[in-house]
Amino acid sequence: MAGIWVYAEHKDGKVKKVAFEILTEAKKLAEKKGEPLCGVLIGSDVEGMVPSVGAYGAEKVYCVETECLDKYTTNGFTKALCDLIEQEKPTIVLFGASVNGKDLSARVAGKLGLGLATDCTGIDLDDAGKLQVHRPMFAGKVYADVTFADKTPQMASVRPNVLPVAEPDESRTPEVAKVVADVKPEDIGLEVTEVIKTGGEKPDLTEAEIIVSGGRGMKGPENYQILEELADVLDGIVGASRAAVDAGWRAQSDQVGQSGKVVTPNLYIACGISGAIQHLAGMGTSKVIVAINKDPEAPIFKKADYGVVDDLFKVVPVLTEECKKLKAE
Amino acid sequence: MEIIVCLKQVPDTEAEIRPTSDNTEINYEGIKFVINVYDEYAVEEALRLKEKVGEGTVTIVTLGPERAVESIRTALAMGADKAVHLDDPAFLEGDPYTTAKALAKAIEGMNYDLIFCGMRAIDDDSFQVGHILAELLGLPSVMGILKFELSDDKKKATVHRQVEGGTEVLEVPLPAVLGATKGLNEPRYPSLPGIMKAKKKELKPVKLGDVGLSEDQVGKQGALTQVVKFSLPPVRQAGKIIEGETPEEKAANLAKLLREEAKAI
Ligand SMILES: Cc1cc2nc3c(=O)[nH]c(=O)nc-3n(C[C@H](O)[C@H](O)[C@H](O)COP(=O)(O)OP(=O)(O)OC[C@H]3O[C@@H](n4cnc5c(N)ncnc54)[C@H](O)[C@@H]3O)c2cc1C
Repeated sequence: MAGIWVYAEHKDGKVKKVAFEILTEAKKLAEKKGEPLCGVLIGSDVEGMVPSVGAYGAEKVYCVETECLDKYTTNGFTKALCDLIEQEKPTIVLFGASVNGKDLSARVAGKLGLGLATDCTGIDLDDAGKLQVHRPMFAGKVYADVTFADKTPQMASVRPNVLPVAEPDESRTPEVAKVVADVKPEDIGLEVTEVIKTGGEKPDLTEAEIIVSGGRGMKGPENYQILEELADVLDGIVGASRAAVDAGWRAQSDQVGQSGKVVTPNLYIACGISGAIQHLAGMGTSKVIVAINKDPEAPIFKKADYGVVDDLFKVVPVLTEECKKLKAE
Repeated sequence: MEIIVCLKQVPDTEAEIRPTSDNTEINYEGIKFVINVYDEYAVEEALRLKEKVGEGTVTIVTLGPERAVESIRTALAMGADKAVHLDDPAFLEGDPYTTAKALAKAIEGMNYDLIFCGMRAIDDDSFQVGHILAELLGLPSVMGILKFELSDDKKKATVHRQVEGGTEVLEVPLPAVLGATKGLNEPRYPSLPGIMKAKKKELKPVKLGDVGLSEDQVGKQGALTQVVKFSLPPVRQAGKIIEGETPEEKAANLAKLLREEAKAI
C-alpha cells in the first residue's frame, strides 16, 4: 500500500510536537497525492498514543512493538522501521529532525539505500508527485531546494517549531495496524546503560518556545540566576553562547550556535551576546529576537527585532518584574 | 590500535556563502577552507587514544577535491600517521549516500579497530555520512559523542551521547563508527615539527577504479538527492532600538512591546 508516513517520535509516553507539525503539513501532501496519511509508532507499548496521532490527521497508525524496543536504540528502531517499509512500501517517509529523528532516518537511509534530506524547513511535492524539500545549508547561510531520485520511499526530516500545527480533532479514529517487530536484543548491538537527565522536566532548547540566552557579558556563572528568573516567568529556558560554555559557566548542552544547538523559538532574548556569525547560525531563524547589550555596535543588533542598549544587569531584573506584572493581568 | 578518522574539508565558519548567478552551485571563489569543526574533535580523540594505548596507527580518510589535501596535511601535522584521499572527480557532487558508499569501499580493504568521524559536516549539515558508513560496513554507530572510554580488553567502548534533555551512556562493541561533537576534547594545534614531519607522511590517492565502483554509483550520477536550486534566506533587518531614559524605563517598554506588538509573551 502506498502512503505518506510520519514517524511519530515519543518521549515519556507522549508524541512529540514536531510529529504533529509534520502530520499537519503532510496531510496536505497526502490529499494532493491521493494517498493515505499514516503514522508510525515504535516502542514496547505505544498504542495509547494512537488517538493523538489520529487527531492530527493520520488515517492509519502502525504500532510497531516488541519488548526490546522500550528504549530508543539506533539499530533496534532501524530494523523495526526498515522491515515495515519493505513490507508496506510507502512513497514518502517523514521524521522530526530531533536528535533521534536524525539518527534513525540516517541509518534507515543507509540500510535501504534511500535518499534523505535532513532538517528541512519546507516540504512539498514536485510536478511528478515526488517529495521536494527546502532546507538550510552552511548553517543557514543559504537554502537549497532538493529533489530526489526515482526511488521510493523518499525521506526527509523536518526541523521542529517551523511548520504550523493544526487544531487537533479528537473525533477522528484512525485504523490501527499492530505489528510485532522482529527485533531481538542481539540485533541492537549495543547497550544503553544509563540516561543522565540534565534538564529536569523542562523541554530541550531545540523544542523550547522561549529562550533566554547569556554570553560572555554575564561575567560569571552565578549571574545566570537572573536569566533563570526571567526564563521562569516566561516559561522559557536558558541558553548560552560558546564563550560562556567554554568559560565553564554553562553546560555544553546549553550552547546555541554552529557548534551547539540550532534553535527556533518564538522568542530569543540574547543577553550580553555580541552576535558572532557562529552564534547567529544557531538562532537566526527565531521568530522574535531581542538583544540586550551595552555596546550599540554589537552585530546582534543588526538581526534583533528589539534592541536594548544598556547594562543587562540593570535591565534584566526589571524586565522580569514587568513580565510578571503583565502575565498577572 | 588501528584507528580511522573520516575527515572532510569545509568552508571556514566565518565564510560568506553565496550561490552562483544561476543559483545552481555555490560560489567558492575566495573562500578559506578548514577541517570540519566536528572532525577536529574526531582527529584529536583518535590521537589521544593512540597515545593512551601506546601503539597503533591513525589513518585519515578524506573524500574531496584536490584542495582537501591541505586539510589532510593539517591532520597529519596534528599527529595522524597516514592518509587516504579519495581524489577523483567522479566522487564529487554526490550526496551523503554516495559519499558514504565510496568511503565504505575504501575502508573495507583496510585494517581497523575503530572509526571516528564528526557527527555532521558544517557545509551540507546532513548528519548522515557516519550512520550510512556504519550501515554499509555492518558496524554499530553512535553520533554526537561527548565522552569516550576504551575497555581494558579493548573490545568495547563506553560513550556518552548528547540527547535532548541529557546524556545517554552506551556500551558499544568495537569496531564501531563514532561521531564526535563539541565537548569531547580540546583539539591540539599542529606543532612546527609536526608540520615538517607531515610532509613526509604517506598520502595515498584513491581513484574510482581502486574502490571497485562505477561512475553511475558515485558522485552526481549515483546521488539519491540533488540540489536543484540555491537561494539566500530572507534578510533579517535590524528592528527597533527600545527608547527610555533609564534601564528601568527601557525594560518596561520592552515588556510592553513584546506583549502588545510582537505578541511573544
Ligand atoms: C568553529 C567555531 C565554532 C563556533 N561555534 C559557536 C557556537 O556554536 N555558538 C556561539 O555562541 N559561538 C560560537 N563560536 C564563537 C563565536 O565566534 C564567538 O566567539 C562567540 O559567540 C562569542 O560569544 P559572546 O557573544 O558571548 O561573547 P563576546 O563576543 O565577548 O560578547 C560579549 C558581549 O557582551 C556585551 N556585554 C558585556 N557586559 C555587558 C553588560 N553588563 N550588559 C550588556 N552587555 C554586556 C559586550 O558588549 C559584548 O557584545 C564559534 C567559533 C568558531 C571559530
